[in-house]
Amino acid sequence: MNSAAFILIAATTLAAALAAATLRKLMHAALSFAVAFVGIAAFFFLLGAEFVGLALVFIYIGAVAVLIVFTILLTRRDLGKDHGFNWSGVLIAFAVFVGLTWSILKTQSLSIVALHIRVLTVKKIGETLMTSYVWPLQCVGLLLTAALIGALVLVVEEKR
Amino acid sequence: MSKSIDQVFISAKQWLLSWLAGSPAWLIHVVSSLINIFALLAVFLTLFALISVLERKILARMQNRYGPNRVGPCGLFQPIADGIKMLIKEDIVPARADKIVHFCAPVLIAAVAILTLGVIPYGRNMTPFTIDGGILFFFAVGSATELAVFMAGWASNNKFSMLGAMRAIAQMISYELPLIIAVLPVVMVVGSLMPDRIVTAQAGFTFGVVPRWFAFTPWGAAAFILFFVSGLVESNRTPFDVPEGESEIVAGHMTEYSGFKYATFFMAEYLGMFAVSGLGVTLFLGGWHAPARAAEFVPSYVWFFAKLSALLFVYIWVRGTLPRTRVDQMMNFAWKFMLPMAFTCIIAAAVWHYAGRGLRGWLWSLVVIAAVYTALSTLLDTKRKFAPRVYRFAE
Repeated sequence: MNSAAFILIAATTLAAALAAATLRKLMHAALSFAVAFVGIAAFFFLLGAEFVGLALVFIYIGAVAVLIVFTILLTRRDLGKDHGFNWSGVLIAFAVFVGLTWSILKTQSLSIVALHIRVLTVKKIGETLMTSYVWPLQCVGLLLTAALIGALVLVVEEKR
Repeated sequence: MSKSIDQVFISAKQWLLSWLAGSPAWLIHVVSSLINIFALLAVFLTLFALISVLERKILARMQNRYGPNRVGPCGLFQPIADGIKMLIKEDIVPARADKIVHFCAPVLIAAVAILTLGVIPYGRNMTPFTIDGGILFFFAVGSATELAVFMAGWASNNKFSMLGAMRAIAQMISYELPLIIAVLPVVMVVGSLMPDRIVTAQAGFTFGVVPRWFAFTPWGAAAFILFFVSGLVESNRTPFDVPEGESEIVAGHMTEYSGFKYATFFMAEYLGMFAVSGLGVTLFLGGWHAPARAAEFVPSYVWFFAKLSALLFVYIWVRGTLPRTRVDQMMNFAWKFMLPMAFTCIIAAAVWHYAGRGLRGWLWSLVVIAAVYTALSTLLDTKRKFAPRVYRFAE
């Protein structure tokens, strides 16, 4: 049953990713991108990593997808125009693919029997974040606050 | 006896599954999930039909008129007539609309609303889908509503739709923050994101009389009010129905929808309202626990739905009482009042926890909340600042 679910999710994710890369209308591409992220989150669910999957949905569907969609809406006017095929994108995608394949083939861990991993609960992630990773967490928090204030400064009304 | 009545639905499900004894585990798993889904849909679609007529009745009572009273006894069959009407209406899609996205938007918004209903415990052992991070699931899935609303607004290719969608997303994002932060104190105090654990943590009675619901602690009461108001906004209800303000932008993102697609939007809105109220009951009002020890013989699901109905009545009551807010007032309220108060609730909950969760903690957390509330209301007092309104984007 797990392998059936895997194949189903993989097919959906790949189809959505392909659609995101090839669809003419930018808005359709952005929405397929969101579907691809749902697929990836479903993979995490399948692997038992609920928290990571939920965080993925939360951040990528709730925030990033909405952000992308808004950016498209507020910036683009020439939605129908065709800009010709982008060969540099193909080149970059191919380079990334080759790099990933190379690193996967180089890694030895595939031949080793997988370790038994304990189920990762939300509580455990929270404890780790609040003990060993408390400094990185605080730094990221500070960075986010700075970004928030920066965005506010950018849009604040200028007093005459 | 009362125990068996309490677990009657669980026993019924076990009985249904016993027919499958001996079949492979995955089949039993799938059938068990399907039973849960079917029960969830049956209960909440019935509740939707019931609430849609009750809302009109209650509003009519508040406005001193009769309300629907033609179809069936006291107009109770009105939803059936409405449903048939919606089904046989023509489905009009604008010629310049983006057909696929236009179709997907109502489907997605209804799916999201139904998914969020799946993690709420409706009674003892009656959570349809037990997930370790159930609360997180609720909000993670719920955040897709914004995308669906945007799809509806954009695909309709209509200025009213787009404006409505922009307004809806702006207010949803603004109020999602206090909504989630108001939940955090409960999660902190219980130490779990699992709805069932949160309900279990609210069992028992202080002094044998007052139930240990979080709504009876100062931080819990404040967080509950914040949660309720944010829930009103998230479900686009009056007084925060700015995205679909009829007098301004026709029907917002639903302007170009007709027939059953419009009904789907309508249904999703109500299901979302049930989900937020259900979560509020779970988090703050003790879930399915009885309010008094003497009343514990009543089945747990009866208590859950009694509390849910009480909350829904308040929703309708608010709709019958308050006028619509202005967009800028609503945004100011979210960022200047709701958000700081939500953060205060976290601090007050921490104070309550470290002062021993007793009477002392109760008083200290009350002091924290009262102090911040007074400070905020003095700072935000606009009474002396009234001036002619300045229009920034229109003359």
